[in-house]
Amino acid sequence: MKKAFPKWTLYLGLILLYVLHNDLWLWNDSTLVFGLPAGLAYHFGFSIVTAVLMLLLVTYAWPKHLEVEEEGGREQ
Amino acid sequence: MTMTVIFIYLALVLAVGTLSHKLFRGTGEDYFVASRSFGPFLLLMSLFGANMTAFAILGASGEAYHEGIGVFALMASSSGLIIPTVFYFIGTRVWSLGKRHGYLTQIQYIRQRWDSDGVGLLLFFVISALMIPYILVGFMGSGITLSQITGGQIPVWVGGLIVCVVTLAYVTYGGMRGTVWVNTFQVLIFMTFGLAAFIVIFQKMGGVENGMRMVAEKHPELLIRGDKIKPLQLLSYTCIPLSVGMFPHMFLHWLTAKRASTFRYALVFYPLCIALVWVPSVLLGVLGSVDFTLKGPEANSILAKMIELHAPGVLAGFLGAGVLSAIMNSMDSQTLALGTMFTQDIVRHYGFHDKMSEKQQVLFGRLFMIAIIAMTYVLSLFVNRSIFRISVWTFTGFAAMFPVVVAAVFWKRSTKYGAYASILSVVVLWLYFFLKGSEEIGDAGLMPVAVILIVSAIAMIIGSLLTKPPAPSTLEKFFATDGAVAAKRGSRKIHV
Repeated sequence: MKKAFPKWTLYLGLILLYVLHNDLWLWNDSTLVFGLPAGLAYHFGFSIVTAVLMLLLVTYAWPKHLEVEEEGGREQ
Repeated sequence: MTMTVIFIYLALVLAVGTLSHKLFRGTGEDYFVASRSFGPFLLLMSLFGANMTAFAILGASGEAYHEGIGVFALMASSSGLIIPTVFYFIGTRVWSLGKRHGYLTQIQYIRQRWDSDGVGLLLFFVISALMIPYILVGFMGSGITLSQITGGQIPVWVGGLIVCVVTLAYVTYGGMRGTVWVNTFQVLIFMTFGLAAFIVIFQKMGGVENGMRMVAEKHPELLIRGDKIKPLQLLSYTCIPLSVGMFPHMFLHWLTAKRASTFRYALVFYPLCIALVWVPSVLLGVLGSVDFTLKGPEANSILAKMIELHAPGVLAGFLGAGVLSAIMNSMDSQTLALGTMFTQDIVRHYGFHDKMSEKQQVLFGRLFMIAIIAMTYVLSLFVNRSIFRISVWTFTGFAAMFPVVVAAVFWKRSTKYGAYASILSVVVLWLYFFLKGSEEIGDAGLMPVAVILIVSAIAMIIGSLLTKPPAPSTLEKFFATDGAVAAKRGSRKIHV
């Protein structure tokens, strides 16, 4: 079955987010958005989008081959 | 009343640390990495707690007081993207190698990866030198906070000493398990009380929007980036969070995971946790400009001053406890990591030729931790610099060594000479920029970390390509097998 998000698209997403982190268009914008200055509101939203991308990454591109077989023992 | 709340909190911290000792198995591996047994929640709390220092709480608000809301983009949202990415690409792989080969420190891994005691020793000294100021920041922050919250009833030096003794007690007694249990308790405390501080103070100011309007009237420049932060500075600051790839305490925490999949929750929730802590810190720092006029490092205490002004009494005690939590849960991990390195990489490797009883490992670990904390505490009494600035220089050093761990994990052709070249280039350039006092290169805002990182990567590449490739047996050990395969072959736990 084909994955909904191939690994490369998610890696591309990471690069895209890195680029979008540089929000030059809001540099001198002091408008309040939901009570926060626009530059801060943008980066708060950016953090939420990052969490969503991480969720996709661990769901569709998890490096399962790194798992080491268990010796036993209780998880804490 | 404030003092009572803080002392109850510190007593609870000690109780949690002491309780964890009941599960102690009496081995070095259990003391230093809790027998690699932590699940998703404890891993998230420990990774997040270890990274949230006085820098995040006091430094961020102090810097936001001077530089405005741009501080969040500089350090927080970039960290929210880059740190989980480092966990994904590096942390999981390091965990897998650590579990297979029984590593307890990153020096053990680096030493074996390039089959060189020299590289390990050099890295040990560089890491130790960079860690001391990082721990120092914690003592400075705790002394300032306790003094401020209690209206000077507890002098700065006594505040630092109290935190020093409490941290020492639970770290040396409980080892990694004690540290992580306390970290978890503390993260929950500082997130809860941090949000409470935020809500209470902004309610008094008539809400967030009203608070921001007050800032706009008095200091509108704090609500934009303007000239305070330059675009190239924002871009080059994204190199700073790469430091997590080289922090010894993060390495140690990675090793505590029970499985590779344990990392999943940390990846997803890390950006959200960072935003939840930094947004209030930055907003309170900016809001502080309405009530206070502070110069330079004085702004380190802006959060404590805001609490004292707007939420005195019991709430001030709770909020002070929250700030102390954030500070202590990074100091403990850093101290534990340094103690582990001294024990494993110096005493055990050189003094005992890797043959050391479990009891001796634990004893030396404890002795080194006591020495590190005592020395750093004394240093903190004489240093008066911006917490933010000290932290940034520490991060710069660790981030600039990122090519070392990337090459170790991914680049088969990398050699010990490449590693030497990379680490030494960092030492030379870091000293150059630090002594010169260059916080940016030129006028465009380029941070020294970006330049040092690029040079360090080039040095790794050139140094490796000009020298003999590593032995096939070394590559076989680190690249030919993945976790499950290696375990089936029974190649686990090669003791170092």
